[in-house]
Amino acid sequence: MKILVCISHVPDTTSKINFTENDTKFDTNGVQFVINPYDEFSLTRAMWFKEKQGATVTVVNVGNASTEPTLRKALAIGADDAIRVNMEAVDGLSVAKQLAEVVKNGGYDLVLAGRESIDYNGAMVPGMLSSLIDFNFVNGCIDLEVDGTSVTAIREIDGGNETLSTSLPLVIGGQKGIVEEKDLRIPNMRGIMMARKKPLNVVEPVAAENATSITSFEKPAPKGTVKLIDADNVDELIDLLHNEAKVI
Amino acid sequence: MSVLVFADSTEGKFKKSAFEVVSYGKKVAEQLGSNVVVVTIDANSTEELYTYGAEKVVSVKNDSLSIFNAKEYASVLKQVADAEGSSVIVLGSSIDVLHVAPLLAVALDAGYASNVVALPSSTSPFTVKRKAFSNKGFSNTVISTDKKIIGVAKNSYGVHENAVSGTTETFEASIAESGVKSEKIDKVTGQVTIADAEIVVSAGRGLKGPENWGMIEELADVLGAATACSKPVSDLGWRPHGEHVGQTGKPVASNLYIAIGISGAIQHLAGINASKVKVVINTDPEAPFFKAADYGIVGDAFEVVPKLIEKLKAFKQA
Repeated sequence: MKILVCISHVPDTTSKINFTENDTKFDTNGVQFVINPYDEFSLTRAMWFKEKQGATVTVVNVGNASTEPTLRKALAIGADDAIRVNMEAVDGLSVAKQLAEVVKNGGYDLVLAGRESIDYNGAMVPGMLSSLIDFNFVNGCIDLEVDGTSVTAIREIDGGNETLSTSLPLVIGGQKGIVEEKDLRIPNMRGIMMARKKPLNVVEPVAAENATSITSFEKPAPKGTVKLIDADNVDELIDLLHNEAKVI
Repeated sequence: MSVLVFADSTEGKFKKSAFEVVSYGKKVAEQLGSNVVVVTIDANSTEELYTYGAEKVVSVKNDSLSIFNAKEYASVLKQVADAEGSSVIVLGSSIDVLHVAPLLAVALDAGYASNVVALPSSTSPFTVKRKAFSNKGFSNTVISTDKKIIGVAKNSYGVHENAVSGTTETFEASIAESGVKSEKIDKVTGQVTIADAEIVVSAGRGLKGPENWGMIEELADVLGAATACSKPVSDLGWRPHGEHVGQTGKPVASNLYIAIGISGAIQHLAGINASKVKVVINTDPEAPFFKAADYGIVGDAFEVVPKLIEKLKAFKQA
């Protein structure tokens, strides 16, 4: 099985979010970038397939050279090789078109991605990719088994989950559950050393216009301070929720 | 050049978010000087939609659509959008719609802006405000394609009545061949789901053990709320994974979020930032959650929550 794992290079969850250039650019100053947490779940599932059922695992990112450390980290976790499509990722549809080209050229059977990235939270690239290459698609996937070309997947639905049967070729938008958080891997020294020798191929993008573009950013209005209520006076809380916040 | 709104339903009944997207779509149509068409798939009755401004409703029914299937739904929505000549398509943000929207975007070759929190600030260029960075920022996004898909973030625009005398037409859609088949649905019935809840009552490790969740459930019951929990609680197996809210769990965009015995790790806050009013009950006055909260009680949950239940019961009866 040939597996492609799509990796988004995103600011660490704890990063302070600031904007520069008159609020038109995300301020990367002092920001630590990581593998998108949802992609990390999918990457770990890919490693499981590689180890238990035999598979090759390629990781791919659409981004400029600054994303390479993130791809190297994925290689250190155990991916076999990496591809970087040399283009700044601006818009979901154009990113999906680049990934579609990578899938067509690489002949992958299974494409694993996270259900969304934690920077732009678009939740669109895996689905768009599946449509562009006419692969089956399961989003919000919390369990995945592959037997030959037959696939059983479970996806989260409102208030529960749904078991689906499908087949390869397939695109998955994964999340926690496809592996558990405790099973996520931290690269060890051997992995890091080996990752340096693994191929990281840079390919040029195909022509694809952006369907959307960000013109400016805003930060949420500053939050007022918390109104503290005495523990012996829950009546006051009820009164505030009813009369001031109007939520009960 | 109509605005097409998909009113999402489950088991024949509209979700509350359906009324929100219809309200939103109606307003966008006004901005564009255009009309609004609402499409429903396998909904029992469409009359409720007139209350929110749906002048024309297109009802699609077919036995094979009774269970959600992303590819089939995307194909049906494309057929309706084509038939109605829709240039703007307004969708919600339920799990199912998030599954469909990207497929529809490709089918229509449309730019798709998800997580939209306000009406377009401009229709030329077509500009919408979206949540980004896990609710720590917003991006103003221009959709430059001819056809545009807007995914309205849950509970961001609100439900606005705008009664019209609408009409409903049926639409015969051809059903796409789908490579994905539903085998089994496991759903907790009779409970408010986190996604649809106006109020969420959530508890963390401060509750000390799963045996103490009775009072959380009772509080949720009094408020008509859904119950939720922090990540450590679901990791410990005290509560099901489906209740875990936070960055890697479920996002919450309720009107009221009550956090009991949750310290407020940044990953947790990322999942609940979109909630409008936050109440924190915690013994530790230094808990980071107090910085994110609107109202707080420094106190022991085992003393405060039973009192709160008792007083709320009295309040509800009054």
